[in-house]
Amino acid sequence: MLTEADLQALWITLKLAAMTTVVLIVLGTPLAWWLARSERSFKTIVEAVVALPLVLPPTVLGFYLLIALGPRGPIGGALEALGGEPIVFSFPGLVVGSVIYSLPFMVQPLQVAFSSVGTRSLEAAATLRASPLDRFLTVAVPLARRGFLMGTTLSFAHTIGEFGVVLMIGGSIPGRTQVLSVAIYNHVEALEYAQAHLLAGGLLILSLGLLVAIYGISRRFQLWRI
Amino acid sequence: MGIEARFRTALGEFELDVEASLAAHGVTALFGPSGAGKTSVLRCMAGLERAPQGVFRVGDQTWQEESRAIFVPPHRRSIGVVFQDVGLFPHLTVRKNLDYGRRRAASADRPSSTAIDADDVVELLALRDLLERYPDRLSGGEAHRVAIARSLLTQPRLLLMDEPLTGLDVGAKAEIMGYLERLFRQLAVPVVYVSHSLDEVARLADAMLIMEGGRITTQGSPTELLARFDLPVAHTDAAGAVIEATVDGHDHTYDLTHLAFAGGRLTTPRRELELGTPVRVRIQARDVSLVLDRPRATSILNVLPARIVERADESRGQVLVRLAAGEATLLARVTRKSADQLGLHPGQDVYAQVKSVSLLR
Repeated sequence: MLTEADLQALWITLKLAAMTTVVLIVLGTPLAWWLARSERSFKTIVEAVVALPLVLPPTVLGFYLLIALGPRGPIGGALEALGGEPIVFSFPGLVVGSVIYSLPFMVQPLQVAFSSVGTRSLEAAATLRASPLDRFLTVAVPLARRGFLMGTTLSFAHTIGEFGVVLMIGGSIPGRTQVLSVAIYNHVEALEYAQAHLLAGGLLILSLGLLVAIYGISRRFQLWRI
Repeated sequence: MGIEARFRTALGEFELDVEASLAAHGVTALFGPSGAGKTSVLRCMAGLERAPQGVFRVGDQTWQEESRAIFVPPHRRSIGVVFQDVGLFPHLTVRKNLDYGRRRAASADRPSSTAIDADDVVELLALRDLLERYPDRLSGGEAHRVAIARSLLTQPRLLLMDEPLTGLDVGAKAEIMGYLERLFRQLAVPVVYVSHSLDEVARLADAMLIMEGGRITTQGSPTELLARFDLPVAHTDAAGAVIEATVDGHDHTYDLTHLAFAGGRLTTPRRELELGTPVRVRIQARDVSLVLDRPRATSILNVLPARIVERADESRGQVLVRLAAGEATLLARVTRKSADQLGLHPGQDVYAQVKSVSLLR
């Protein structure tokens, strides 16, 4: 059966995925909106930076994050100078790493969805007395709902499955920073195949179930226009 | 209390440079070929585009005056816009599309005395059965009607329509024109109507601005402008005279209606209109033929004595003739051969045989 450490790893994984997704919705929405609407030339650079986690080995990302967030790094050092706790090898550090790692999975579907909203609907809303924020919330967001659904699902699922970044900046502290994927790795290292099977199989079923549910809902979105 | 507009801005390859004052009532048509800048003027009026040197006043409200750094964004302008491509919200039902602007305008503005009633508009545009539908379940004509209603329900002080009949088939066009006529007659809201169709202008407009190359070249009433030889509109296939008339009598035996106008009487197929109703008719130049003596035996009912005012030789062996029938102006298009055989010249008295008269409203 599941050990207490396994259950803790499951809990941390779900908590991490949920928090990362929430942070990504908050940060990713304005970023995706800007990328979809802006015609600035440096937009290309921003797009490339957002897409970087897709091509970089997670260990590269994790390595630089470790340095940046560590007590002698620019961000970690500043935090410490302000009297904050160091965030490497802690849960907040995991969230920061996951947000960066999963950023393209939120931003890209949203950007595509926002681009397809079209100026006409937004202009029509303006002539119908809707302020810019009002038109964003009542026209752009509902019309981009499939993008939100996709971005949320992919970010959540992708965060559950991450390994390299988490290992680099979180270590593998049971109960604090040990997530499922790392726990599975540890079980395999220790030749505890039964435990590894349980977690790996569980994760497989969970992920598949999640994706099936979301693709199903997404289809209904089209049919019912919820 | 008129409408004053002055916009100057770069517009692709040429410059938009427009200055106009419009009546605070009725329909002003912005007429011209595509690319003349008509839509840009409308967008400047709506505030969707900002001309760096612009002035726009509607009645007592100033929506733009760059010299005083005034620019009211579109959502704070009491304006209704009907876009060429309709622009209904695909994620909302017809009812919610209609409510979108109505609710927001109601909470932003004080109720005006000329309030447009939602039920009236739904009735007038026959939308009752469409209210629960989504826009992709509407026909082209239905979607246009919804868009028109949606813009009206914001209680606009000015209604802007950008070629609202584009993309509709002939039947739907005729249908919407009928709705628009009724609307324009019942509403006190001034309308700026962008169009490149003479039919629409002749039928709907009270005043007309002709645009070309980013400028307004001519301004006047459609009656006057459509018959002027120095303007390109007179030299198109659709050339013709627009005449204001009143219903003068009905012929029950032959199912005809008589109309009186400044140049005499016209007879049309019977219409159920009360005596004295003002109507507008259009007589196309190609439907008018000329004879020197009053014809004794002809199947044509409308024969009007007239005097030739102007003759213009056109290409393809055609001649356009402007006639004065009493106070009214008529246009006739005949072949150059006939014109020469009859020796048509200004000052000559002739009879105009009118083959068909279309009642516009």
